[in-house]
Amino acid sequence: MTDTHVQSDPSTEPRQTVRSVSQQISAIVLTEGPPRGWWAGFLVSFLLVMLLLVSVGWLFAKGVGIWGINQPVGWGFAIVNFVWWIGIGHAGTLISAILLLFRQEWRTSINRFAEAMTLFAVACAGLFPLLHMGRPQFFFWFIPYPSTTGMWPQFRSPLIWDFFAVGTYATVSLMFWYVGLIPDLATLRDRSRTGRGRIIYGFLAMGWRGSARHWKRYQSAYLLLAGLATPLVISVHTIVSYDFAISILPGWHATVFPPYFVAGAIYSGFAMVLTLSIPLRAVYRLQNFVTDRHLDNMAKVMLASGLVVAYGYLMEHFLAWYGGHQLEEFMLLNRMFGPYAWSYWALIGCNILIPQLLWFKSVRARPLPLFFIAIVINIGMWLERYVIVVTSLHRDFLPSSWGMYEPTFWDWSTYLGTIGLFAALLFLFIRLLPMISIFEMRELVHEHEHSGGASAEAGTS
Amino acid sequence: MPQIFHPSMNTISRVSIFGAVFFVMAAVGVGAAIVRSPYATEVGVVRVQPVPFSHQHHVGDVGIDCRYCHRSVETEAFAGLPSTDVCMDCHSVLWADSPMLEPVRESYRTGEPLAWNRVHDLPDYAYFNHAIHVRQGVACETCHGRVDEMPLMYREETLHMQWCLECHRNPEVFLRPSEDVFAFDWEPDESTPTGEELAALHGIESKTDCSTCHR
Repeated sequence: MTDTHVQSDPSTEPRQTVRSVSQQISAIVLTEGPPRGWWAGFLVSFLLVMLLLVSVGWLFAKGVGIWGINQPVGWGFAIVNFVWWIGIGHAGTLISAILLLFRQEWRTSINRFAEAMTLFAVACAGLFPLLHMGRPQFFFWFIPYPSTTGMWPQFRSPLIWDFFAVGTYATVSLMFWYVGLIPDLATLRDRSRTGRGRIIYGFLAMGWRGSARHWKRYQSAYLLLAGLATPLVISVHTIVSYDFAISILPGWHATVFPPYFVAGAIYSGFAMVLTLSIPLRAVYRLQNFVTDRHLDNMAKVMLASGLVVAYGYLMEHFLAWYGGHQLEEFMLLNRMFGPYAWSYWALIGCNILIPQLLWFKSVRARPLPLFFIAIVINIGMWLERYVIVVTSLHRDFLPSSWGMYEPTFWDWSTYLGTIGLFAALLFLFIRLLPMISIFEMRELVHEHEHSGGASAEAGTS
Repeated sequence: MPQIFHPSMNTISRVSIFGAVFFVMAAVGVGAAIVRSPYATEVGVVRVQPVPFSHQHHVGDVGIDCRYCHRSVETEAFAGLPSTDVCMDCHSVLWADSPMLEPVRESYRTGEPLAWNRVHDLPDYAYFNHAIHVRQGVACETCHGRVDEMPLMYREETLHMQWCLECHRNPEVFLRPSEDVFAFDWEPDESTPTGEELAALHGIESKTDCSTCHR
């Protein structure tokens, strides 16, 4: 079944050999200078990182008052961006862990940079709660350590669960990514022509020699890590949704939140993978690794998770009507027709209407429209968090405590700065490490050679 | 291909990987030890004062009551430091020519108060009220130690929050009858009511809300 599928719709080009795979992927890191686009992109993202540093420095000097947050909207951009970034990370874990366990071999050529994307997205996400703290120097109060206060963190608070969820997620993602890199680091060590390259990659490869015993241990370690990472795909964003759902605020206090947040995370994550992989494969001419079939599959995952997200929106409305709760009803009417109606309708357009184009094979087969839709979904998922955070908070129970939220320059600069940080880290990753798993591609080519040979024999007989 | 690393790298990397665990644990342990050490808490560290006032002599030997000098301890948040007049009640007659007491006489002449260095200084974000503690039966000795045996004043306790909470979580363990609050070297006898009885008498509950102390 898989064999016929592979032949009709290959996840690698048939002409690839084990040698050409190693050569093509490692050459990007080892021999070729970065293309002009790399320098331009890195420069822009580096400048944005500088903007981030200025914003954070000013924030530390002046406090969170430089942001637009106020009473009643105490959670502004910081939390919107935190949830957005964390969500983006989920595709990496889903691709690398769950698809590995389901033996979806097409994942092989996209898992490495999807995992890198996860790590960098989590790094960006992790910044925001720290910056939002007001006194970030006391972030370690989140950690249950034997302090002289005689107190533990408030374990009944979802914010503490969040700290552990994100911390675990970052740790497991890093281990998974690094363990997956080890055989490739050894390949780079062996192919590197400079002494410095040999020493650095050799150091990072931790003495990998590729013996049968190494591979056996490696396989079980990788599988175990995949098993550890799998529940995290579900748990992390579930717990992020508890930050909202555990409260009693209309618009947050909903049992549909965990599944719909998880679906939203996968949705935005795949959108980000597409946003990155489409230009990457064009610039580095990797169409023979990241084939049209990959784009097609990712578009399908996006469509499916997008429909779950749409179901979540629908359920919010249904439950507000079916529950007959006055405040819930008001909250949704306020979302649709209140002062932030623009964000709600933009969200519906970006997350539900435009992605329906993915039903058409002709759209999924073309990188350019796909890239456009992926960008639209990224924006839509950011708007979703904006709508959830701002419209729920700004008009709560008492009209006397209503207010408006207006992001300031520093809100925007911090957000753009983290986009720059994310991009800068990705550019460095592309330059310094193999962005496609060399050894897994070699394995795939090897398997295809064998299955291809068998069918050729069957054809001649 | 030539060998990149010397074979000793095997040992070095193993030692550094496993050593890192111990290094991190040791760093945490050292940090924890420093915040609990007298260097940070000033427990047992004598502070230099303008006049070497001995609580041991005045309380232990002479038998002056705490309230003679710390007058507002039963009524106000701050126990109160005596004005120079209080010192001069006795020292206008006793040791009236002692050179050690010259700063006291100087203060009395000029009206400029003695600048004592505070030994028990809570952070400003912690609210503490002497009156309520004294009235509910928390003895001076419980927090300040055997002041009657201190030639020069020092901190007996860390003033860490966990130390406050020890009592706030189980107040009945630390209560005395009201008449024994100012006594030193006090031991309960058969007629002494138990901590539970005293807590019930004064209506004392465990108070651990944040806003009890952080107002």
